[in-house]
Amino acid sequence: MSWLINLSGLALMALIVWWFWLAGAGKARRATHGAVDIIVDDGVYEPAVIESNAGEPLSLRFERRDASPCAEQVVFHGLDVSEYLPVGETTTVTLTPEQPGTYRFTCQMNMYQGKLIVH
Amino acid sequence: MRTHHLPIQGATCQGCAKKIRTALGAVPGADEIQVDLDEQTVTVRGDARPEALTRALAESGYGVKPAPEPEPEPEPEPESEGSDSARSGGDIQLAITGATCASCVRSIETALGGVAGVREASMNLADHSARVSGRAAPRDLIRAVESAGYGASVIDDPRRADQEREERKQAHYRQLLRHTGYGLGVGAPLMLWGLLGGSMTVQPGTWSQAAWLAVGVITLAVLAVPGRPFFVGAWKALRHHNANMDTLIALGTGTAWLYSMVVVLAPGLVPEAARHVYFEASAMIIGLISLGLALEVRARGKTSAAVKRLLDLRAKTARVLRDGGEQDIPVEQVVAGDRVRVRPGEKIAVDGEVEEGSSRLDESMLTGEPMPVAKGPGDSVAAGTLNEGGTLIYRATRVGADTALARIIELVKKAQGTKPPIGRLADQVSAVFVPTIMLIAVAAALAWFNLGPQPPFSHMMVAATTVLIIACPCALGLATPMSVMVGVGKAAEYGILIRQGEALQTAADLDTVVLDKTGTITEGRPALTRVLAADGDTEEEVLTLAASLEAGSEHPLARAIMTAAEERGLSPRSVSDFQALNGKGVSARLDGATLRLGNRRWLEQEGVTLALQDQAAALSEDAATPLFLARDDRVIGVLGVADRIKDDAADAIRRLRERGLRVIMITGDIQASADAIARQAGVDEVLAEVLPEDKAREVKRLQQDGAKVAMVGDGINDAPALAQADVGFAIGTGTDVAIESAAVTLMSGSLHGVADAMAISRATLGNIKQNLFGAFVYNSLGVPVAAGLLYPFTGWLLSPVIAGAAMSLSSVTVVSNANRLRFFKPNKADRRTAEGRHDS
Repeated sequence: MSWLINLSGLALMALIVWWFWLAGAGKARRATHGAVDIIVDDGVYEPAVIESNAGEPLSLRFERRDASPCAEQVVFHGLDVSEYLPVGETTTVTLTPEQPGTYRFTCQMNMYQGKLIVH
Repeated sequence: MRTHHLPIQGATCQGCAKKIRTALGAVPGADEIQVDLDEQTVTVRGDARPEALTRALAESGYGVKPAPEPEPEPEPEPESEGSDSARSGGDIQLAITGATCASCVRSIETALGGVAGVREASMNLADHSARVSGRAAPRDLIRAVESAGYGASVIDDPRRADQEREERKQAHYRQLLRHTGYGLGVGAPLMLWGLLGGSMTVQPGTWSQAAWLAVGVITLAVLAVPGRPFFVGAWKALRHHNANMDTLIALGTGTAWLYSMVVVLAPGLVPEAARHVYFEASAMIIGLISLGLALEVRARGKTSAAVKRLLDLRAKTARVLRDGGEQDIPVEQVVAGDRVRVRPGEKIAVDGEVEEGSSRLDESMLTGEPMPVAKGPGDSVAAGTLNEGGTLIYRATRVGADTALARIIELVKKAQGTKPPIGRLADQVSAVFVPTIMLIAVAAALAWFNLGPQPPFSHMMVAATTVLIIACPCALGLATPMSVMVGVGKAAEYGILIRQGEALQTAADLDTVVLDKTGTITEGRPALTRVLAADGDTEEEVLTLAASLEAGSEHPLARAIMTAAEERGLSPRSVSDFQALNGKGVSARLDGATLRLGNRRWLEQEGVTLALQDQAAALSEDAATPLFLARDDRVIGVLGVADRIKDDAADAIRRLRERGLRVIMITGDIQASADAIARQAGVDEVLAEVLPEDKAREVKRLQQDGAKVAMVGDGINDAPALAQADVGFAIGTGTDVAIESAAVTLMSGSLHGVADAMAISRATLGNIKQNLFGAFVYNSLGVPVAAGLLYPFTGWLLSPVIAGAAMSLSSVTVVSNANRLRFFKPNKADRRTAEGRHDS
C-alpha cells in the first residue's frame, strides 16, 4: 500500500515536470496579414503562441475579458513594449520585431504567459 | 399640455438644431421645441403623440432609435436624463464610411444586427455614425460592416470610455467583496465551531455524517460560485501547459474539499484518527483570497493615480470660433486650424499658437515649474495647461493624440510597463514558480506519509494544501512593476518623463553629470545683463534709445534689448532711416541725430569717439558681448548682452555636487568665456572648445575611465551624446521639448530636474529592493514552514487558513509599499533653501 502511494506521488511529480516544462506549449498561431486576435481571459492568452517574421509589422489585438487586476497590462520582454488593456475592450499592440528569436509576453506578474516566435 | 424629452444623437451644430426644430415642428401638436446640444436632448411641449415625434426625429437623421424589445419605448422613462445616459453606457459608436443613401443605412443596420450580442443597431446618415447597443465586440461589428461593403471604425469618446472603465473596475471590486462575504460567511462559523471545541471529525453512522455532508454541499457552492474564476482559470491554464496563481488556489481548495468529502462519504477508507474535515479551510481561503484581490484592486487604483491625474488634465469641451459665431464643442471635434477662445480659469483644450490676447498660463501640471508663464500672440500653448489671466484666442495646431499632453500620457503609460534589470531574477523565478510549488507540495505530502506521525493522510493533506496556498507568485511578480509604476508616475508629477524602467535603475547610481552649456546651464538665448551710461546720460535713456533702434530688428540681440526695455517699462520711440548692417550693427535717425548701435570695430571705422572701454572689457570677461551706443560721433552708453545662466542653475549644480556627483560642463565656446560661465555655475570641470560632433566622444572617454555618466542636453544637437551616456537627459523649455529624444526628459528647463530624477530613481530602486526582498523572504520562509519543516523541532504545522490569509496579505503589502512612494518628495528641504537663497 505505501509503495503504491509513494510511486503515485513520484509519478505525479514526473507528470508535473513533463506537462508544464517538457511538453509543447500548444499550437502556434501564425499572423495573417500581420494581425492576430488574442483573447485575455481566465488566466490565459488565447492563442498563447504567435509566430511572425522578423522585420514584419505585427498588430496584436488583445481583447481583455478578465477583470482581475492581473490582466491589466501586457509586457513584451526584450522588445520594450507594454500596453494597458482596459477591461472589455480590444487594445491593439503594434510592434515590429527586428531580430529573430522567441520573446515572452506576459502580464506584470508573469501569470498570463505567451510567446512570440519570430523567424 | 405635456412635455416630452427625447434623446437625439449626432446634432453638433446650430444647423442641426434647426433641422430638428423643423422636423418636429411639422408634427401636429408640437407647440414648443427646444434643442439642447450639450445634453443631446430635445424638449417638446404640446399634445403631440410621442410616437409621431420619435418618427419625425428618426426621419430627420438625429433620432436615437428606441429598443425594439421588450417594449417599444426605452425601458427608463424618457423624463429622466440620468437613466438615459446610463442606458447608453454600453453603446459602441462607429464611424461609417462609404454610406451615401438611405438603403445603405438599412443594409448596415441589418449587418450590425446580425452580429451576435447586438441588441440594437441604428445608423445615422447625417453624421455617418452608427450606434450599437448590446454586448458585441467592436471588432466583430467592424467586420460585419466591412463585409457589407462599407468601412467602419470605433469612435472613442475618451470621457465615456474612462467612465465605463471606472464602472467596470468598481463592479469587479464589489463582486470580489461579495465573494469575500460568501467565503467568509461559510468558513468563519465553521472555523469558530472548531475553535470552540466542536467536533470537526466524522463519526460514521451518526448525525454528524449527515450534517457534514450538508456542509460539504454548501462548501461546494462556495467553490462553484465565488471560487469559480480560480477553477476556470486553473483549468484553462492547465490546458495551455501553463500554471498560475489560479492553479495553486484551485488545487489547494479543491484538495481540501475532496479529502473532506472522502472522509464524509467513505469514512471507512480513512483511518479513524484522520477523519477530520477541512471544509472551513476551502471556504475561508476563497473568502480571504477574494478579499486580497479586492484590496489589490483598490490599491492598484492609487498606483495609477499619476496617469489618471494626467488624463484628468484633458479639457472636455472647447469654445471654437466657427462661421462667425462661437460654440462649445467636444474637444475631440476640434480640428487643426480652428480658432479657440479660452477664458480665465479655463484649461487649454488643444495645442496651439496664440493669435490674440495675453495671459499667464499655469504649466506646472506638465512641466513641474510652479511659476505661471506669460503668453501673447505668437507663443505656443499646450493642452491641459490652465489659463490664469486674461482671455486668449489661439489657433489649434495639434489635436487629439498629437498634443504634447497626449504624447506625455502615452509615454508615461508605456514607461510604467517597462522593467529595470533588477526585476529580471524575479521574472525568471516567477516564470517557473507555480510548477515548482506543485512539486514541493507533492514532495511534502510524500515526506509526511513516509516520515510523519500518525495519521499520515490528514497531515499529508494539510501540508500539501498549505504549501499550495501560501506560495505567492503575485508578490514576486508585482514587486518590480508596482514600484516602477508609482516611481514613473511620481517623476511625471515633477515634469520628469522617464522612458524606460532601465533608466530608473541606472539613474540611481550615476557618478558624473555632463552638462551642455547652451540651453542647459544657460537660458539658450541672449539677455541684457548690464546697461552703462557715459557722463551726461542716464541708463534709462541709453536703453530707450537702444530699444528705439532695435525695434525694427529681428536679431536675437535686438530681442534681448527689447525685452529688457519692456521689463523696465520703457517704450521705444519711432526712428527714421533704419539700417541694419550685417555683422556690424544698426543705425537710424532720431530727433535730428544719427544713432548707431554695434560692435566697437564698426564704430571706430565710422569715426566715433569711444568711451567706457574699461567697463566694456569687464563685460567681456563676464562672458557678455558689449554693444556700443553712439549719438552722432560720441559713444553714450554700453549694453552688455549675454546668454545668462539660468536662475536656478547654480543651486541645482550645488545640489548635484552635494550628492557626490562630479559635474562637468561641455561647450564649443572658447576656454575664456567657458570659464566665465563655469565660475558662475560652480561646476567642477570644464570641457571647452568641443565640437558638437565630439561631445559623444568625450562622454565615451569618461565612461572608459570608469565613470557612470549622465549627459544633459537639449535633445536635438546633443542627441548622439545623450545616446552615448548611461542616462541621457533631454532638457526642454516648457512643453516644446522633443520628448522622445532621450531616456529621461525634463519638461521644465530647470536643472533641479536632474537632481529630482536621480532622487526619485534612488527612492524607486530602494522600494523595488524592499519589495523583492520581502517577496523572496516571504516565499522562501513561508513555503518550508507550510511544508512542515518546523514540525520536527517545534511541532508546528501551519493551518491552510492562516496560509490563505498570509498569501492575500503578501501581495497587498507589496502594492501598499509601492504606494508609499507616492508620498516621496525629492529633497524638498534642499530645494526650499535653494529658492530662499535665490529670493534674497
